[in-house]
Amino acid sequence: MKSKDFGYQAIPPRHIDYDKNDRTLFYFLRRREPSISICFSCGSCSATCPANENTPFSFYRIMLYIRRGEKLQIAREINKCMLCGKCRLVCPKGVNTRNVILITRDFLNSGGQ
Amino acid sequence: MNKRVLIVGAGIAGMEAAAGLSSLNYEVLLFEKDEKPGGHLKNWERLFPTQRLGSEVLEFLEKGIGETVKLISNTNIISAEKSDKNFKVVSDKGDVWYGDALLITTGYDLFEARKKEEYGHGIYDNVFTSAELESLFLNKKELLTHQNKKPARIGFIHCVGSRDKKVGNVYCSKVCCVTAVKQAIEVREKLPECEVYCFYMDLRMYGMHFEELYNEAQEKWGVTFIRGRLSETAENIDKSLQIKVEDTLLGRPLRMTVDMLVLMVGFVPSKSTTMLGKEVGIDFNSNGFLKTMDEHTSTNITGKPGVFVAGTCTSPQTITNTIIDGRSAALTIHEWLSKSGTV
Ligand SMILES: Cc1cc2nc3c(=O)[nH]c(=O)nc-3n(C[C@H](O)[C@H](O)[C@H](O)COP(=O)(O)OP(=O)(O)OC[C@H]3O[C@@H](n4cnc5c(N)ncnc54)[C@H](O)[C@@H]3O)c2cc1C
Ligand code: SF4
Ligand code: SF4
Ligand code: SF4
Repeated sequence: MKSKDFGYQAIPPRHIDYDKNDRTLFYFLRRREPSISICFSCGSCSATCPANENTPFSFYRIMLYIRRGEKLQIAREINKCMLCGKCRLVCPKGVNTRNVILITRDFLNSGGQ
Repeated sequence: MNKRVLIVGAGIAGMEAAAGLSSLNYEVLLFEKDEKPGGHLKNWERLFPTQRLGSEVLEFLEKGIGETVKLISNTNIISAEKSDKNFKVVSDKGDVWYGDALLITTGYDLFEARKKEEYGHGIYDNVFTSAELESLFLNKKELLTHQNKKPARIGFIHCVGSRDKKVGNVYCSKVCCVTAVKQAIEVREKLPECEVYCFYMDLRMYGMHFEELYNEAQEKWGVTFIRGRLSETAENIDKSLQIKVEDTLLGRPLRMTVDMLVLMVGFVPSKSTTMLGKEVGIDFNSNGFLKTMDEHTSTNITGKPGVFVAGTCTSPQTITNTIIDGRSAALTIHEWLSKSGTV
């Protein structure tokens, strides 16, 4: 439904609503792929990521969205990954990056229970 | 007769422990494989966080040893064992010494930078380590690229060989963040025209006056800190270097050309530390350093009675911590020798 135009728009609030956000995916992932928790956002994955060359796409940001329960952002970003696995080779923490993506996709595709 | 303590390694920890034990009237034999005592400290010109000269600290330690400690230099100890009532050490030349207690202060080695091949040390001309830069400072050599050009831009790379599962070292080496800040300032002092960048993941400014030094680097010296970890280095035709990092605060990939790259190499247990630890039969911690009985309360005690440890053979430490640890080892050994007498 299109809302009536009053000459201004209601901008969705910018804050991360940690109380309301749904972090089920994170808790699910943490059990299936515990290495998600040790990412320290160094960005090495993104620096080598081919999907990050020309369009903004950042694996560690996805992980942060997952941790915070920012579902819209996760859904918007998660399919940009080509699963090439380069990030996994460079990650100094040994995060199983591909598995994080695969589990997240499964989770979203199955309606995220 | 005075009891005798054998100390292997005359770095900061060994020297300070020797000074303490000798003032408690023990006979101390201090073995050092190099010609001179001091360990790594001999290679550092100025020290964080005060920029005072390393040689001043060395003088202090040498005064402590004085005439009473028997410094046996040019002597590489290759084996140590408990024999009957006492301890025995053997040098590579086959010389043997005995004592009533053994203190291991064999220190650390620098992480071998070429193990991180993608960073280009040993492959490209203008990739240096923090220790190599320090040696330029110490020997009053001019700061020039391999092509004898004044560098217009230098990048410091934090955490090389530390906090990196890929090279097997998950621990933080503790001193390299603040060393980078110190060296960045020194570069700016020597070459006011040269731009300096530090690439870090976390800045560990935990010590007294470290944070001030970090502020000073930015405010007074214009050093720029970029949060991101180096992904790879490539060499340009003119031998300058192309580096690629993700600027994680802005969330965008960043490319930069620098004339020199300085890798902040971390600590690994020295080869002797690993070798002697095995020889004597004491335990190692999960990071390969010598294990202490209790991380809080018994930092100098090992699982083997009469074998003590101090300094960076147990963990990465600053000079301040190493001196304190050496001093504490002296007291711990004194307590043990006066209680138990002999083994
Ligand atoms: C680039 C860099 C800069 C630094 N700058 C600072 C600074 O500014 N301020 C600061 O607080 N800290 C600084 N540090 C840390 C400092 O170097 C250490 O805290 C200190 O050197 C530790 O002393 P140590 O006695 O434990 O070990 P070491 O210095 O490693 O000494 C060990 C000694 O044992 C000897 N040895 C080893 N095995 C044997 C054997 N088998 N037989 C005989 N002898 C043996 C070695 O030759 C050596 O002399 C810096 C470190 C680095 C890497
Ligand atoms: S490389 Fe690993 S630790 Fe670094 S941001 Fe990516 S996933 Fe996290
Ligand atoms: S697997 Fe995905 S996130 Fe990782 S480098 Fe390849 S495209 Fe980028
Ligand atoms: S002190 Fe800084 S540079 Fe050194 S390992 Fe720790 S975080 Fe990295």
